[in-house]
Amino acid sequence: MSAGSSRTGRSLLLLAPLLLFLIGFFVWPLFSMMSQAVSDPAVLRLLPRTAEVVVDWDRKSPPTMPMQTALMEDLRTVDDDQALGDMVRRLNSARSGFRTLMSKTTSALEDTANPPADLISIDKRWEKPEFWLAIADALSPLTDRNLLAAVDLGRNSAGEIEHLPAEQSVNRVILVRTFWIAALVTFTCACIGFPYAIIAASLTGWKRDLMLAAVLLPLWTSLLVRTAAWFILLQEQGLINDLLRWLGLIDAPLPLIFNRTGVIIAMTHVLLPFMVLPIYSVLITIPNNLMPAAASLGANPLRAFLRVLLPLSLRGVASGGLLVFISAIGYYITPALIGGPGDQMISSIIAFYATGSANWGMAGALGVVLLIATLHLYSVYARLSAEEQGRR
Amino acid sequence: MAEFIRFDRITKFYGSLCVVENLELDIAKGEFVSLLGPSGSGKTTLLMMLAGFEQPTSGDILLDGTAINAVPTHKRDMGVVFQNYALFPHMSVGENIAFPLQMRGMGRAEIAERVARALDMVQLSAFAERRPSQLSGGQQQRVALSRALVFEPRVVLMDEPLGALDKQLREQMQLDIRDLHRRLGLTIVFVTHDQSEALTMSDRVAVFNKGKIEQIGTPRQVYDEPATRFVAEFIGETNLVEGVVEAVQGEEASVRLTSGAHIVSAVSGTVATGQTVYLSIRPERVDLTEIRGGARNCLETEVTDSVYQGDHLRVQLHNAAHPLIAKLGRRSREFPPGTKVFAGFSASDCRVIAP
Repeated sequence: MSAGSSRTGRSLLLLAPLLLFLIGFFVWPLFSMMSQAVSDPAVLRLLPRTAEVVVDWDRKSPPTMPMQTALMEDLRTVDDDQALGDMVRRLNSARSGFRTLMSKTTSALEDTANPPADLISIDKRWEKPEFWLAIADALSPLTDRNLLAAVDLGRNSAGEIEHLPAEQSVNRVILVRTFWIAALVTFTCACIGFPYAIIAASLTGWKRDLMLAAVLLPLWTSLLVRTAAWFILLQEQGLINDLLRWLGLIDAPLPLIFNRTGVIIAMTHVLLPFMVLPIYSVLITIPNNLMPAAASLGANPLRAFLRVLLPLSLRGVASGGLLVFISAIGYYITPALIGGPGDQMISSIIAFYATGSANWGMAGALGVVLLIATLHLYSVYARLSAEEQGRR
Repeated sequence: MAEFIRFDRITKFYGSLCVVENLELDIAKGEFVSLLGPSGSGKTTLLMMLAGFEQPTSGDILLDGTAINAVPTHKRDMGVVFQNYALFPHMSVGENIAFPLQMRGMGRAEIAERVARALDMVQLSAFAERRPSQLSGGQQQRVALSRALVFEPRVVLMDEPLGALDKQLREQMQLDIRDLHRRLGLTIVFVTHDQSEALTMSDRVAVFNKGKIEQIGTPRQVYDEPATRFVAEFIGETNLVEGVVEAVQGEEASVRLTSGAHIVSAVSGTVATGQTVYLSIRPERVDLTEIRGGARNCLETEVTDSVYQGDHLRVQLHNAAHPLIAKLGRRSREFPPGTKVFAGFSASDCRVIAP
């Protein structure tokens, strides 16, 4: 018994570095991303007293006196201008007009010589329940605003979910574009990678090694370097255009960079190993006498391929496709460098929110959407491969 | 005997390596021919050329009078049974057997009927829905066999199909295949390195060595009348004794051994007086007696060892110049080592082989 538990303890000790690493660099960031997406502390942090009294409010009638005094009390104690700015931005996005109302209110409250009796005496707008409703809603520490906004939805004043106006609806377009580019890249990878893997698996000796090395070598080079190399190759005065013009095939340079074509070419190249290797690993497990057997039974090469080799290698194509697709929807550097403004994918938007506008909530929410999409794909794949196993 | 399959001066090189050399072989319709030889002797290569997986470097393969060198495998109409069965793992047993029929564009109802009959023939009707991986080796082999037969091919080719089975199952399958051959009148070309398998099943055995056929004949011929030293040693066990021909008379020759003893032996090839030859004496044809018996050939020997092997006694003998082995029946008395015995055998039980 004690020997058993000490052995378990020692095994855990061996695993400890891994577990610590996983917790520190995988579980914790994932958790904080997800909590950023749904947390909304900007208002609650500054208005704790208001939060206590607003619970008793019926959400319809004009504000009660305790609510007004609590809010005034809260606003007086705020000494962090940036936090105040965050709160005002948050409230203004729920109800326009808050910005002017708040600046008027705070400056009135700073006038200690002549303290106002209540908020309504500062501005008539404080009478209206809508403004208080916005505060009451914003006081909840959890929100679905970011998640809804990530898919271009929002709540109206009645709290119902509705589509955001068209000028604010870019996320859905970008999400669809992301999936479309990823699908195109997966398709071209499969078109190139499948025949490539078949040829590599059918060869022996140094020829096979050479083909595999040709796939693996780019994998050992940094992604940034490879993308930069494509940048040089694809530009108007780049190698490809120069060569085509020298051969006399084209007169004017082909537009290969800062557009969709360039993005697809570069991403296909970068992701090709992830398609070739799974297919190859499945192909080499297929006994090499099955194709001769099919031929001897009267199948011409095409039918032998369709009936024997293709179904047997489909598992490899599926896992390769999944790997490529999942990697592709998270791509950032390649579309940013090679693509035009119309080719930016969801990661660029996440990066914009995270580093450009410091809106961690939106960045987290888009990240969650991406994560959910990936998990869905994976569960579909897992179910398909489980069925496959069951049939065997 | 009109030939059905004809290999006409077939040569096959892999790079600079010659695996089949100027080979001639005719096979009649309905015949069961085994290609027997050690690995690397070219027998499998010959079968692969017949199936169309390999192309001969030179020479023609004729089927029913027409050259088929240019005909691709899928149009040759030959059923091939592979060493590792080559069943399609993603199809059920029934689908595997239906495959060649589907390739021939047969109707659904006819396919179902033929598959049922084919499964019945190998007693696997209950397994039609199973995957090949759920069957035992012997069952998989039977599926492979019925898949190769279901479309009634003109020729059935088998590449060491029983190699992966255990001994008992292998012997059962040998008899089953032999029975199918007789019942269906199939033309079968069977590759094996197992001489007892070839002897059990074949109408004729072609013994391969280094890309050439050393001898072709009925199992009785290749065993009892080996034409070359290779055949004598490869098929069964034999005593090879060196000697010089003293006289040839009709189908018999008189040979003087290095020990000085004289042996009268049957001759199959042509030997000249004075030539150094080998005598092949099958161990089971040797009789041991303590007094000089009435056999035509008699060698004075001494027992060095005697091993009881269940169905026979294996006795090692030694005379002045060469060791000998004798296999005695169960009824024979035992000879303790050191016993002086006479090893006797008739002239027709030994064979002169030119080296």
